[in-house]
Amino acid sequence: MSTQVVSLKEHIPHRAIASQKEIGHIVIEDVEIIFGKGAEANQAVKKTSLDITPGEFVCILGPSGCGKSTLLNSIAGYVTPSSGSVAVDGTPVTGPGPDRGMVFQQYSLFPWKNIRDNIAFGPKVAGRTNVECSSIANTFLEMVGLSKFADKYPAELSGGMQQRVGIARALANYPSVLLMDEPFGALDAQTRLMMQENLLSLWSEFGITVVFVTHDVDEAIFLADRVLIMSASPGSIIDDLHISLPRPRDPAMATSADFMAYKKICLDQIRSESLRAFEQQNR
Amino acid sequence: MSKLGQVVDTMEDKEDPKEFNATKGHEATVSQKDDLKIQGLSGQDVFNAIARLALHLGEQLKRNASTISLSLISLSLGLFLWHLATAYKLDFYINFQNVPSPSKVFTAFWTHLGDPEFYIHIGVSMQRILTGYITAAVIGIAAGVLMGRSRIARSLIYPYIEVLRPIPAVAWIPLAILMWPTEEASIIYITLLGALFPIVLNTLHGVEQTPEVLVRAAKSLGASRLQIFWHVILPAALPSIAAGLAIGMGVSWFSLLAGEIISGQYGIGYFTWDAYSLINYPDIVVGMLVIGGLGTLSTYAVKLGMQPLLAWQKRAR
Repeated sequence: MSTQVVSLKEHIPHRAIASQKEIGHIVIEDVEIIFGKGAEANQAVKKTSLDITPGEFVCILGPSGCGKSTLLNSIAGYVTPSSGSVAVDGTPVTGPGPDRGMVFQQYSLFPWKNIRDNIAFGPKVAGRTNVECSSIANTFLEMVGLSKFADKYPAELSGGMQQRVGIARALANYPSVLLMDEPFGALDAQTRLMMQENLLSLWSEFGITVVFVTHDVDEAIFLADRVLIMSASPGSIIDDLHISLPRPRDPAMATSADFMAYKKICLDQIRSESLRAFEQQNR
Repeated sequence: MSKLGQVVDTMEDKEDPKEFNATKGHEATVSQKDDLKIQGLSGQDVFNAIARLALHLGEQLKRNASTISLSLISLSLGLFLWHLATAYKLDFYINFQNVPSPSKVFTAFWTHLGDPEFYIHIGVSMQRILTGYITAAVIGIAAGVLMGRSRIARSLIYPYIEVLRPIPAVAWIPLAILMWPTEEASIIYITLLGALFPIVLNTLHGVEQTPEVLVRAAKSLGASRLQIFWHVILPAALPSIAAGLAIGMGVSWFSLLAGEIISGQYGIGYFTWDAYSLINYPDIVVGMLVIGGLGTLSTYAVKLGMQPLLAWQKRAR
């Protein structure tokens, strides 16, 4: 892996390693997201403020339908907050853009482009030359270990491989922030564990800010520096948990006492939330 | 894989939608590929290719032997019944007394093959088809895409489609003759109308089917509206557009025929109608069969032409 890190650094003279340059700073201020109008208005996210520091790995953890994806989409620029503001490195978010890479839950590769062209899409639409595009694509193909599959089409790859290409495609733009919306949700348990490790090693190479949405407690604790626990309807952050497990992380940690302690806190929070929601529904 | 395999691969590469872009760099890669093709081909490779093709065709035949033989038996039986009906001048509600026999039709066809004027008829018809069809394809794809991506365009254009679509081509003939300066233009107009609606509607459908997550992904990767259209929406709609183009080709043939029967001096439709006026019955059937044959062939050509652009679909299976 070490030689690949060197080649990667050579590739990004203007952005070296994100954390060193202090880029990828996300500031969410009093963001409230309401869908619909009038009587049908539905508050998806309650007034929320957040400060995510450059290079931080943040997981947003919560039950499905709690608005965690909506909050992520407001950083991505797909959803405009009803009030409040989102800014990355001081620039207000007004729409999706290449400075914020996005990895989706569903497979979102372009089925008519081979793997190399999928990864080279960002550089290509940015107007880079064909030589630059293919060299960037090769770098990232190597980084996610899929060089052999460069000429294959997405449908010829397994789900895990497709998602690795999805990550590589987002990173090929050298974004300051990587946003991930339950990216491993559709994968089987074994593949998911491998993907988590892969992602952590990529993240340590890049030092990029990651906001990762999941409903899987183990996944959140294993990956994150910080777990934001969200409550359901309307969505709001009820706990901001700092995970001080040592890095690099190892799957064996999942049975450690510290890990268990974190897991208990998360589960208790989510359980009390679920109970509250359950009682509300049955009143 | 032999060198020939590489050639096939490079040809497949050309089929990628991204290659629509005629950038300078791209031209360079194409010429490189051409070089490769020339260097790579030797007599041995050509021989191998032919041998492989023959083997492939043989296997196909063997696999479909029962289907093909059944179809052939069915067709021969039909011809034989036709022959019987004309030989015995069958008149049982349907009247075969004036219907030419298969052998007379074949003789007439054979004679026409040696007649230059026959080819003029075919040529003129094909030219009209080509003009009308290509115009319809351009307008149809553009309108379909516009409607698929813009609600305003849809509200403006769609009502016309709803109103005009059910009107058959034949019904347009009088007005077309009144509207257009030349007879030729009115025939082409009718051909165009026939092809237009299947193309518009299929394109619209294809554009609407574009998975939203792909558009979102392209946006977050920094693509502009035009780039999203070119790299995402158009390729996603392509299978549906291809279906519309194939259907449109068939419809444009029978619209053309309607136009040619009423007016014109040349064209295979005129040929057929003229044969009827001149009581030259075998030629009617010759005209009909030629129309059928050309319609099928051109539809097949459209499908074949679209195949390279849809190669990625096959890979998915």
